[in-house]
Amino acid sequence: MTEGKQAGGLRRLFERLGAAVTARIWRLGFAARFFGYMLLHSGTALRRFQLTIREIYFAGVQSLIIILVSGLFVGMVLGLQGYETLQRYGSSEALGVLVALSLVRELGPVVAGLLFASRAGSAITAEIGLMKATEQIAAMEMMAVDPIARVVAPRFWAGVISMPLLAALFSAMGIFGGYLVGVKLIGVDEGAFWSQMQASVDLREDILNGVIKSTVFGIAVTWIAVFEGYDAQPTAEGVSSATTRTVVTSSLAILALDFMLTALMFTGGNAR
Amino acid sequence: MNRATIDAWVGVFVAAGFAALLFLALKVGNLATFSSAQTYQVQAKFANIGGLKIRAPIKSAGVVVGRVSEVRFDNESYEALVTLNLDTQYQFPRDTAAKILTSGLLGEQYIGLEAGGDGVMLKQDDRLRLTQSAVVLENLISQFLFSKAAEDKDAKEKK
Repeated sequence: MTEGKQAGGLRRLFERLGAAVTARIWRLGFAARFFGYMLLHSGTALRRFQLTIREIYFAGVQSLIIILVSGLFVGMVLGLQGYETLQRYGSSEALGVLVALSLVRELGPVVAGLLFASRAGSAITAEIGLMKATEQIAAMEMMAVDPIARVVAPRFWAGVISMPLLAALFSAMGIFGGYLVGVKLIGVDEGAFWSQMQASVDLREDILNGVIKSTVFGIAVTWIAVFEGYDAQPTAEGVSSATTRTVVTSSLAILALDFMLTALMFTGGNAR
Repeated sequence: MNRATIDAWVGVFVAAGFAALLFLALKVGNLATFSSAQTYQVQAKFANIGGLKIRAPIKSAGVVVGRVSEVRFDNESYEALVTLNLDTQYQFPRDTAAKILTSGLLGEQYIGLEAGGDGVMLKQDDRLRLTQSAVVLENLISQFLFSKAAEDKDAKEKK
């Protein structure tokens, strides 16, 4: 008797585990199919570009302030901290290199991506989730308007377009911040600051790779945001938890992708 | 918010974004050194390249004239085979000497070229005959110690 009971308990345990794994994988597959469907139905978003421009305004332009201000401060902190460390080794002229490389390669795309996820990604999820909760999406389907083509795809493309521009602005602003602190405040030689920076920052190796990184982050963040919004439970609680999931998942995705991209991009040359 | 205002703001945003990219490319990355100019390759063998890396600069009289494009180990001579990518606008005589030098005390290593007196210029896939390896600090120190010890020994024998 007790043996049968134990076996039943064990069986239920495995059933629960299996159900959890299947649900996760199914959701991943759904996200992938959703991505494919969205790409296939992007025609409207690109033909009627006005739809996308509107979304660029909400995702990109409205994120400008936070991106510019954070970029400036990150650059200023880099300038201060970098100077502290570099001057111990008597190479404070390399401050420009330190600030520019760390911003262009890593901090620009990553921090701008994190800010973008929490500023624009969460807004996208909440908007689409609320549209679903208030049955606007169902209404569109009733009118034979494809909500993915009309609502989701423009937001996705707006995010993909905005993200590299925001990351570039972040890096440029950060370098300006580093310049302000390093050259104007501390008094590192201005010529050395810029010339050493120019000598070691490579257009293809560093800047182009930074742009590629930020584009990948843009795709990941907006994909997660539109998917979570579209997949949200159509209740107030569902929308709020979907918004949270967007920020958490896309932040983790950015950091994981960043590691992979860095490993791919920046180790090839030096390892040989 | 009406459509024209949104358009204007998006226009400003996109223009600012591209301006930032341009700033990164020109002011930070220095587009000028990113030359798609014609290059020619010559090779040089070194007994020891020290810490020379791919893309290290090649300088002549302090001016960057090219970059290292490949570093390989030559199985036959047991030496390092370095391929130098030189800009075609800089031509060097065939008996040019290549040295591995260090910028500053602990700085990065680069190849210094010293032009010779030959009338014939280097061509694609030529080999530089005169090379000087990197200075390895450990060897230098051990040489110094040995010569010091030898000196002491000589001094004692003379007494």
